[in-house]
Amino acid sequence: MLTILFDGIAYGMLLFVLASGLAVTLGLMNFINLAHGAFAMAGGYAAVVLVNKLGWPFFAALPLAFVIPALAGLLLERTLYRHVYTRPHLDQVLFTIGLVFMSVAATDWVMGSQQVFVQLPRALEGRFEVGGVGIGRYRLMIIVLCGLLTIALQFALARTRFGSRLRAAVDDPRTAQGLGIPVNAVFSVTFAVGSGLAGLGGALGVEVLGLDPHFPLKFMIYFLIVVAVGGTSSITGPFLAAIVLGIGDVAGKYYMPKLGAFAIYTIMIVVLILRPQGLFSRAPGR
Amino acid sequence: MSASPPGVLAAALAERLGQRARWRPIEIAFWVAAVASVFLLPGKHIILAEIAILALFALSLDLILGYAGIISLGHAAFFGFGAYCAGLFAKHHLINEPVLALGAAGLAAAALGFVTSFLVLRGSDLTRLMVTLGVALMLREIANRFDELTGGADGLQGVGIAPVLGSFAFDITGHVAYVYALAVLAILLVLARRLVHSPFGLSLRSVKGNALRASAIGIPVNARLVAIYTVAAAYAGIAGALLTQTTAFCSLDVFSFERSADLLLVLIIGGTGYLYGGLIGAVIFKLMQDWLATMTPQYWQFWIGLLLVAIVLVGRERMSRWLDAARGLVRLR
Amino acid sequence: MPFALETVGLSRHFGGISAVGDVSLRVETGARHALIGPNGAGKTTLINLLTGVLDPSAGTIQLEGRDITHLAPHRRVGLGLARTFQINQLFGDFTPLETIGLAVSERLGHGGDWLRVAGSRLGLNQDIAGLLEKFHLVDVMHERVSTLPYGKQRLLEIALAVACRPRVLLLDEPAAGVPEEDRHEILASVAALPEDVTVLFIEHDMDLVFSFARRISVLVNGSLFTEGSPEEVARDPRVKAVYLGEEAVDG
Repeated sequence: MLTILFDGIAYGMLLFVLASGLAVTLGLMNFINLAHGAFAMAGGYAAVVLVNKLGWPFFAALPLAFVIPALAGLLLERTLYRHVYTRPHLDQVLFTIGLVFMSVAATDWVMGSQQVFVQLPRALEGRFEVGGVGIGRYRLMIIVLCGLLTIALQFALARTRFGSRLRAAVDDPRTAQGLGIPVNAVFSVTFAVGSGLAGLGGALGVEVLGLDPHFPLKFMIYFLIVVAVGGTSSITGPFLAAIVLGIGDVAGKYYMPKLGAFAIYTIMIVVLILRPQGLFSRAPGR
Repeated sequence: MSASPPGVLAAALAERLGQRARWRPIEIAFWVAAVASVFLLPGKHIILAEIAILALFALSLDLILGYAGIISLGHAAFFGFGAYCAGLFAKHHLINEPVLALGAAGLAAAALGFVTSFLVLRGSDLTRLMVTLGVALMLREIANRFDELTGGADGLQGVGIAPVLGSFAFDITGHVAYVYALAVLAILLVLARRLVHSPFGLSLRSVKGNALRASAIGIPVNARLVAIYTVAAAYAGIAGALLTQTTAFCSLDVFSFERSADLLLVLIIGGTGYLYGGLIGAVIFKLMQDWLATMTPQYWQFWIGLLLVAIVLVGRERMSRWLDAARGLVRLR
Repeated sequence: MPFALETVGLSRHFGGISAVGDVSLRVETGARHALIGPNGAGKTTLINLLTGVLDPSAGTIQLEGRDITHLAPHRRVGLGLARTFQINQLFGDFTPLETIGLAVSERLGHGGDWLRVAGSRLGLNQDIAGLLEKFHLVDVMHERVSTLPYGKQRLLEIALAVACRPRVLLLDEPAAGVPEEDRHEILASVAALPEDVTVLFIEHDMDLVFSFARRISVLVNGSLFTEGSPEEVARDPRVKAVYLGEEAVDG
């Protein structure tokens, strides 16, 4: 029971780190990026290649799993994404689905369609017991790492100069520009960091979620639920939504093997009926 | 001041308002060509039947996207639901005659559309994307888990389809399949034409244009959206049922995300909001798919993606202006 | 006899901020009632509450003695309450003809007809023709609304509300932004509204207010400040102070 709770929290925190970039671009910038999972996949494959093929230690590969998708995100933002920011949502949807399809096919071509795994350090394998609760070492690491990232993210958005500049740029780009805030640069950096976090989540998730070229499609619904159910007014909402989703998914699949896969849809529908604006939104109907 | 007294003006108005609804020469030409293909392209009836089914499916999406502005990532939910309904009706001999089964599958999909419309109506584009995608995935999962009924991942096997109207049996050349699918498409298109040119259709366009004002002149915005979503679901369900009936098979991929996403592409190629976009898009898409699949069978999704990206970067507005210019030459609109 | 429109203790908060606080307003049948006040006084919020665009945090709204506090916006229209918007809210790709036709057909309950071609009812068309003539829209009736000059759009904005044949009409700054040469058309059309239609209007243009209103309510900081005949309000030094205060800040 507590073990499931523990696994669920680990899963949820991983989902949050994966989706946090989307929570910012979609939630704050109101840009619908369905290709977010592609950056997570890039991070995952970066880790797999570095560790399995080049023999890097797992922990040494993680920073690169952040940097590579972040650079890819920066490049794409500079060249393509920025043209689509002000377009209708339909255009954003079409554009990012196009990117997803391209990334899926390209990854399939380069890496093959089979599921891949990453070689973990010995120290992270196995479980130990604390008071009858089985604690997976790897999942414990996820919780610690993702917890730290969450706190850092919350701090960066709420307390730093960059965070306030971002919020100003989102609220009113023109005025922000007038105040001397480099709006385009702020968006670029935000997008790059969001992509990097997704990549890091992707690398951490190889062991837990599995990784194959269809990753961006498979997890699209999870990302959407985290952001939509969490509400778009803060980062706390998506965080709690991710935890609820993680616990719900793990518990559902454990207790009801046949019906467990429906847990996430049930959560989605119930929240939608009770709170159409998301769990934690402040002002209804913005 | 205008010179004409209200009575004369009123008659002129009727004329003008009704004008949009009139059949244009190019439309008639389109249908003449479609009928001609039945006789002139006997070797292509299998792919033509596929095109007709895809066209009907895209027409269904046009009703909600083009006329009501609802973006769906999971329109395959209704297509798949209709497909499985038709398969189960036939397999268990609940409804043998295909036309009746088609209608029943359409009604079942409409019921599903009606129920889910209340979820879709809540909130923003973001929640709509989530719900439409979620509903399709959920149905796929249901079909996957309840494999004693649906055959699970192996698909629904052993579906025997009775002759249409008791006398036209489906054949290996796809001849009956194409005529059947084309006839259904034609009937439902005429109905959709009626719908969008009616006062109801006008009010839908107003909701899409400005929902705030629409409600301020007394239009029950949500009720209209529920209605069109339900109708569109029925259309999609009938398209799915046609697929099952013409192939005597249906599998989990009727619900797939790729199907919903491809459908968006089909409709965007042809253009939204004038009904024929889905039909034209289906023709182009299928021919393109045929051609690409012979070149790079495994990675053709890449090219689909590239096309989507290119369309958006070029700009749908600009594209539709080109199309408008082309249409200006042939006076389709 | 009940008031055409009556609110009791109507309030609306956004977060901690009170946009409209405890407004009890009575509008008599057939009134020409102006609602004035400095910018940010909550006038448009009040209209949004009356028409159901926003839900009140507290208080009730009665239309001709009937409680409409929680009715959906379109139901209020059906009961005879229509409005115009401060910023035009029109259907850009419609023609004026389609716009008016839409409203008239909806009012007559034909909006849900789905098997009949629009425009096939002659009685309805006479109604539409009358409105187009009255609001000087006949010569542009086949043009796209988004391409019309602003003055024509403003006329259509008002015509669209009138097409709902309201018994209570709320006008949110009908003359706002209209160029001088088109103003008389707007003013004339407002003046020509039938006497039995109750009109509550927001306006900043004091010439228009004092030439048209028979009663004036002043709203300040979301609350009713004072109310009276135009003469009373014009004489009230406190009202002058409120406006002068605003000008002092603006200037």
